[in-house]
Amino acid sequence: MRFVDEYRGEAEAARLLAALARDTTRPWTLMELCGGQTHTLIRSGITRMLPAGITLVHGPGCPVCVTSLELIDRALAIARRPEVIFTSFGDMLRVPGSEADLFAVKSAGADVRMVYSPLDAVKLAAKHPDREVVFFAVGFETTAPANAMAVWQASRQDLRNFSILAAHVLVPPAMEAILASPANRVQAFLAAGHVCAIMGYREYEPIAARHRVPIVVTGFEPLDLLQGIHMAVRALEAGRHGVENQYARAVTRDGNAPAQRLLREVFEPCDRKWRGIGEIPASGLRLRPEYAAFDAEQRFAVGHLSAAESPLCFAGEVLQGLRKPPDCPAFGRECTPEHPLGAPMVSSEGACAAYYRYGRSS
Amino acid sequence: MSDERGDPAAGPVCPVPISDYPTVQLAHGGGGRLTQQLIERLFVPSFANPLLAALHDGAVLPVGGERLAFTTDSYVVHPLFFPGGDIGSLAVHGTVNDLAMCGARPLALSCGLILEEGLPMETLARVVASMRDAAAAAGVPIATGDTKVVDRGKGDGIYVNTAGIGVVPPGIAIDPRRAAPGDVVLLSGRIAEHGIAILSVREGLEFESPIRSDSAPLAGLVGVLLDRLGERVHVLRDPTRGGVATTLHEIAAQAGAGIRIEESRLPLAPAVRGACEILGLDPLYVANEGKALAIVAREAADEALALWRDHPLGRDAVAIGEVVTDHPDRVTLRSSIGGLRLVDLLAGEQLPRIC
Repeated sequence: MRFVDEYRGEAEAARLLAALARDTTRPWTLMELCGGQTHTLIRSGITRMLPAGITLVHGPGCPVCVTSLELIDRALAIARRPEVIFTSFGDMLRVPGSEADLFAVKSAGADVRMVYSPLDAVKLAAKHPDREVVFFAVGFETTAPANAMAVWQASRQDLRNFSILAAHVLVPPAMEAILASPANRVQAFLAAGHVCAIMGYREYEPIAARHRVPIVVTGFEPLDLLQGIHMAVRALEAGRHGVENQYARAVTRDGNAPAQRLLREVFEPCDRKWRGIGEIPASGLRLRPEYAAFDAEQRFAVGHLSAAESPLCFAGEVLQGLRKPPDCPAFGRECTPEHPLGAPMVSSEGACAAYYRYGRSS
Repeated sequence: MSDERGDPAAGPVCPVPISDYPTVQLAHGGGGRLTQQLIERLFVPSFANPLLAALHDGAVLPVGGERLAFTTDSYVVHPLFFPGGDIGSLAVHGTVNDLAMCGARPLALSCGLILEEGLPMETLARVVASMRDAAAAAGVPIATGDTKVVDRGKGDGIYVNTAGIGVVPPGIAIDPRRAAPGDVVLLSGRIAEHGIAILSVREGLEFESPIRSDSAPLAGLVGVLLDRLGERVHVLRDPTRGGVATTLHEIAAQAGAGIRIEESRLPLAPAVRGACEILGLDPLYVANEGKALAIVAREAADEALALWRDHPLGRDAVAIGEVVTDHPDRVTLRSSIGGLRLVDLLAGEQLPRIC
């Protein structure tokens, strides 16, 4: 396949691994921010091929994993309402809330539907004017523009029965939170290529300067990751910091201006609670007041929800890169993809699921 | 388990009440871990008998001096008609294939129909005509049947159950436990076409070239192998629901051996591969309805591959891996860049990812 096979070649991988081994003189700890990168690393076996000193810790970049329990419980409460058609991307359906997941709510009679695009949810709303169609808008800067577009289109079509439950999160505040933590051990970041395709990488420059860390904008194919790791290690070895761009075939410094305009038109920053991590200031997106009519939280008052996490799950520490999934005593025992205690075991981008599915060696 | 919840003496148990589902979930029918649990925890203990315990695509019963293969399957596919087939042809192919994977020559099929009140007669006639044609092409009569009608809203138009019997010729010994280290794993062609074809019509996904189901009867394809190689064919399976990954996993577990496959050898049509990349689906877990996996003795592998490639349904056949002594019960995959990873069972259906 054009534009994919080029980034999966065995000979080139061997060359990059040899260069990495040659250029590595000390141990280094890198964080890949995006769950899609985590999956490629483990699925292609890269984590087992790296020089011994290179440690990759898996960042909070799985939107399914960091969506707070309160928001999931709110989604479940809204989905249970008889007038509601609740729509979501597939991997959100199995994420456990305090008491159930969306699949369980569906099997109990709720109208929960998997969609492939938020615009499909808008179409559903137009087709079912007698029902309330709610879309669970999760995701980072990558998915936010499409969700903004859905709201914008619903507004243009004057659809009164469409709303979103906004759970959007932003990457830079999470990086700041990780770097500011006293327990931080991350020395360089692989930034998420598709987030930067939208946002560019200008906003990462002050972070790199302030914390004196290398940040390499990195793609998602195996060779992208090997090259991104190599670039980060070379910067660390040379004592350089700053932003470098491995994913130049998709990312520019300024990003996608129309997508950014649409984001600003529909959303505004807000404080957001991250599952397992806690509240991070200005780390989320919510609908602007002009679009409040499309806000499912306002449309469906579900009251105060008290959410309770499993005491066994240390997903928060996994998402901050402090511990690895197999260190968890519940990993593969009480917590498996069919009985997830925490969200990272559910999503195909979740670090725990990636380790469970591809990484267990015995 | 549920009785223990909240009892500290019972040790750490999952506090999420969905751990033991009190109701049936769609994933219980997905072919993954939950389906396996249902079989292992409910059906096998309830129906306990040596025929069932083999857990193959069908049971093989000794009758007089002969061995009969016996199997059944239900078809609830939606939509009823899809590119490359329909519920009728699928119901014939699926059961013919289950018999073929026992090493049997199909003798006869049954046809049980559950119809929803209000189903257009024309739709029923199309499905029946399709079953007739598929059965004729497979050379097997539909010898008995039954019809029930349920109230409107209680069914999905039409559900089909077929059962089949066949005879296993002498000199054939198909059994997952015969997979032995050194054996070669053969795959008869391109994977994931049925699952992606169904998904694309069900979800209204459009690709540049339409993807057709691979639904086909495999008794002939399997027959050419068995006629020439006999006992040197150790295992046969059709990787339907759950795909190649799930089927290999089941074989490895039953054989108590490891299976290692090469990612770069998996045959995939470009359109199917593109669809899987876009949707974030792993083609290894996507359903096939016209493909066979064969595990054969190493010295017979080249001949087996040549036999398949001479057959119209096996032109793209390849050796995808081998049975190994390392990691018993597990399936591993050597990735395109040379890394090694585990190929695990999924809990239920694959979920398309967010981004």
